[in-house]
Amino acid sequence: MQFSENWLRSLVNTDLDSQALSHALTMAGLEVEEMQPVAATFSKVVVAKIISAEKHPDADRLQVCQVDVGLSAPLQIVCGASNARAGLIAPCALVGAELPGISIKQAKVRGIESFGMMCSSKELGITAEATGLLELDSDAVVGQDIREYLDLDDHLFTLKLTPNRSDCLSLTGIARDVAAITGATTNFAAITPITAEHAETKQVIVNESVACPCYCGRLIRGINAQAATPAWMVKRLERSGLRSISVVVDITNYVLLALGQPMHAFDAAKLRGDITVRFASGGESIGLLNDQTIQLKSDDLLIADANGPLALAGVMGGQSSAVSDATTDIFLESAFFTPAVIAGKARRLGFSTDSSYRFERGVDFGNTRNAIEYATSLIKTLCGGQVGPVTEVLTTLPARDSVKLRMSRLVSVLGISLEQQNVAQLLTQLGFAFECADDIFSVTPPSYRFDITIEEDLIEEIARLHGYDHIPAAPPVAALNMLASPEQHLHLNQLRDGLVSAGYQEVVTYSFVDESWERDLLGNHSPIKLKNPIASNLSVMRTSLWGGLLDTLTYNLNRKQERAYLFEIGAVFHQQAGTYHETTRVSGLAYGSAKPEQWAATNADIDFFDVKAHVDTLLGGDGLLKQVVYEKSEHSALHPGQTARILLNGKAVGWLGKLHPKWQQHYDLAKSTYLFELDADALVNRALPVYQEVSKLLPVRRDLAIVLDENIAVQTVLNAINKENIPLIADVALFDLYQGKGVPESKKSLALSVLMHDTQKTLTDGDADTAIANLLQLLQIKFDAILRN
Amino acid sequence: MADLTHLIAEAEADFINSASMNDLEISKAKYLGKSGSLTDALKGLGKLSAEERPAAGAAINVVKQAIEAALTARRESILNAEQAKQLAQESIDVTLPARAQSPGGLHPVTLTLKRVEELFHSIGFEVATGPEIETDFYNFTALNIPEDHPARAMHDTFYIDEANVLRTHTSPVQARYMENALKNNQTPPFKIIAPGRVYRVDSDATHSPMFHQVEGLWVDEDISFANLKGVVQDFLQKFFERDDLTVRFRPSFFPFTEPSAEMDMSWNGGWLEIGGCGMVHPEVFKHVNIDSEKYRGFAFGLGIERLTMLRYGVNDLRHFFNNDLRFLSQFK
Repeated sequence: MQFSENWLRSLVNTDLDSQALSHALTMAGLEVEEMQPVAATFSKVVVAKIISAEKHPDADRLQVCQVDVGLSAPLQIVCGASNARAGLIAPCALVGAELPGISIKQAKVRGIESFGMMCSSKELGITAEATGLLELDSDAVVGQDIREYLDLDDHLFTLKLTPNRSDCLSLTGIARDVAAITGATTNFAAITPITAEHAETKQVIVNESVACPCYCGRLIRGINAQAATPAWMVKRLERSGLRSISVVVDITNYVLLALGQPMHAFDAAKLRGDITVRFASGGESIGLLNDQTIQLKSDDLLIADANGPLALAGVMGGQSSAVSDATTDIFLESAFFTPAVIAGKARRLGFSTDSSYRFERGVDFGNTRNAIEYATSLIKTLCGGQVGPVTEVLTTLPARDSVKLRMSRLVSVLGISLEQQNVAQLLTQLGFAFECADDIFSVTPPSYRFDITIEEDLIEEIARLHGYDHIPAAPPVAALNMLASPEQHLHLNQLRDGLVSAGYQEVVTYSFVDESWERDLLGNHSPIKLKNPIASNLSVMRTSLWGGLLDTLTYNLNRKQERAYLFEIGAVFHQQAGTYHETTRVSGLAYGSAKPEQWAATNADIDFFDVKAHVDTLLGGDGLLKQVVYEKSEHSALHPGQTARILLNGKAVGWLGKLHPKWQQHYDLAKSTYLFELDADALVNRALPVYQEVSKLLPVRRDLAIVLDENIAVQTVLNAINKENIPLIADVALFDLYQGKGVPESKKSLALSVLMHDTQKTLTDGDADTAIANLLQLLQIKFDAILRN
Repeated sequence: MADLTHLIAEAEADFINSASMNDLEISKAKYLGKSGSLTDALKGLGKLSAEERPAAGAAINVVKQAIEAALTARRESILNAEQAKQLAQESIDVTLPARAQSPGGLHPVTLTLKRVEELFHSIGFEVATGPEIETDFYNFTALNIPEDHPARAMHDTFYIDEANVLRTHTSPVQARYMENALKNNQTPPFKIIAPGRVYRVDSDATHSPMFHQVEGLWVDEDISFANLKGVVQDFLQKFFERDDLTVRFRPSFFPFTEPSAEMDMSWNGGWLEIGGCGMVHPEVFKHVNIDSEKYRGFAFGLGIERLTMLRYGVNDLRHFFNNDLRFLSQFK
């Protein structure tokens, strides 16, 4: 909501200067988003008339003008503006004037004396651009200070109004609130009914009295639709951000700004039969004033006549009955439409109008009649014509039930002490009718307030007038109870810290991604799509964080980074039978050398097993690892020979692998890239440590090397050993893997360390031999493995 | 008995001339070995008379002790020299850079979220979460934003379908948390914060279509607007580690709080908008079946990126999602 400060000041008497007024509005909830002077600061500029303009003898584009500035003799001024001509009235900066960036001095311009400067609107800081001198109306009084004549000591205020404050969508409403905030008095001109000069009326039939509880209309005949809109009105419209269109439209817009009541004028000559307020029926359409033709829906409220729809009620008028220069008779409408009926209608059409914006928030239904009288008086004054009687169809207006306000509640919600008489004073300033008994106020909100229906609404009103600044910051007093601290459940930040220690940098990438990443990289052909993505490459919800990580990798490689360890923890989104599922994933990418380039280590590139160690750490080390299985598998993004599906307690919880060479090529990556992704839920549960007796007896270690088929996965071998639970064998670990000389073709040698112990007695060589024999027998049976010599 | 004292000087000279422990052992044998000069002398004692023997023995002993002392001294000196040599060989340039592991780092948004969680945890707030694909009901209706309410237009919502949106704020977690708590027979006090990602259809230099918020909620029997101001001010002072920081509340409107306020924070002589807040609206309590006569609550929402930018002096929101390592690595 933009308006002229001077217009507002004409309606409310306040001593506050512009800054203080702006601050007071903001601190009372009418946020002043912007406050701009309408013109730059300048002095000594007056209305002037060019008496004569002669070509400069030595310059083609300059003229030497004799200018009447209201002094006894005209001034000689050299002027370069193309529109400078005899008879033109324009601003003139006198010698000694201070304009933005220029001081006006007596000067010689190409040898001719010049005693001032004729001005454009740009030079006065009124507009950003100008093409010539600012042309003033012929009625301007020569010699008058231009600031006074153009009312330039004014500011444009722009309010960022919250949706609950529809009552401030007019100058009257803002003035009323200024009075409530500051205790100032308002200055509203009385609106008197205009006596009818003819008896002709239009029959108005309101079919939808709930949607339209009040409709006023009147015929005005014989107007001059081509009359000029007066400068004062044009100025107020323009300073409210509205362009002058034609006098009738200007008047309806002016009433809208002044009173907040949207008005509409129909060309009466184009109306057939009665005026009906009804909902649209099937198949109807209307051509709107914005040249848009729309198919109407059954919940669109219409103003219609015998021929069909005339206007989309409360939103926009129709083309067919629009007022034009040729119009002589108008049917003027002022109505109240129920907010819920208008709400969303304009948005559905993809636009908003000043009218719909107000109606959907709530228009003062106590003012419907006043508005039509006010508009009528303006039309009569500016366009002439004969006024007919008002036809008013009035049913049940919205109720304004009284709302209770308990002093006790007010005090406890706000946390401050307030006296009853303060509250009464503030309610009076607001213009709310109230009674008070036993510390309980019964408040009846006025017709213009649609936001006062419960006690909290009144508490907020009192709080904002009392001033939020006057409410102290007070720490709450509450019982002290410790919070639960589950030891077996990790915080995600602990996982983050682990990855950071391993060298990974956390990134945050968008949850919506390129559809092709989902389709091609992840093989997801039915991602969750956004109906209104912000960009075509951010159109579907991700099912993996890898796309974002790879994108981040290439972004950084393009910026000369050579090594990137990245991770992200975030949600991924799946759909199943119309429902959406979210899982938090921990995902990582490693690219480049295993260690940063340095003098003290070789510069080898990272490989699968480096990253596997990072994944193991995430999975919780020894505590959990026993139940972790890496299973050779395949994934559309990964190298088929270097892909592991990760199972925890038999359940798939993630992936680890090397980026498929085709993707490496696609992303133009010089080196191999390793990726992992795990369900966070699977990582955060940890077992509580349980103490076990530490054996006093020393374990026995035996090392042995076995030879078996190279295709047998080591994990399978170790799992088989663990499962068998061979007596005395506590742990078996791989410490070397060998293929080559001494080991037959397509076989491999595994060197295993076998740790044995007995909690009861010291092991003898014989005991150990038996255990090892059992182990070898198992390996022989299961894997055809033989002891290597 | 011959005078043996000359042996001391000889032995000392031999020992000095022994450069290594090995040479020293050979020199030692010459005097103290099985057929060394002193051993011979001792053997010779038997030939002396009983009267002569004690004096001769004592004289030999004096010489022996002197030679042994010389030997020990030389031994020590050789050992010291050898150790010194080894130490010299083992000396390194301690100014060489460490064997680098290059630790990673957290995203600055995470740093802020951690701080926010820690600070609120210190006064008993728990962390609650909710889905990012949120139903229209929880994102709007349960927060007293009915269909076609003008406030919906302020939200620039990403739609998935008719009934589901990308949550436009973390406020739906309020409703979900309270509903769930009551289902589990928990009653207020409720003290939660709900950090997370939120989404708006808006993208320019100062808006990102995805960003982070933290929602706070405290419901109890005696919670007031003054308390809200107190908690927010306390948080901001602790977060920025500045006791002089003050918070200004301006009346505003959110359908799910009343009275509502915009929070401004004093900063470099001016005011900076930092989030929205207010007392939980009775309609919100009604949706989750909490008696608003008995309980009151406050709620607030803060922009995490905003806090991060102010905390670390970041001047461009876009840095957070470009993930340039040269930017991110500054937050280690």
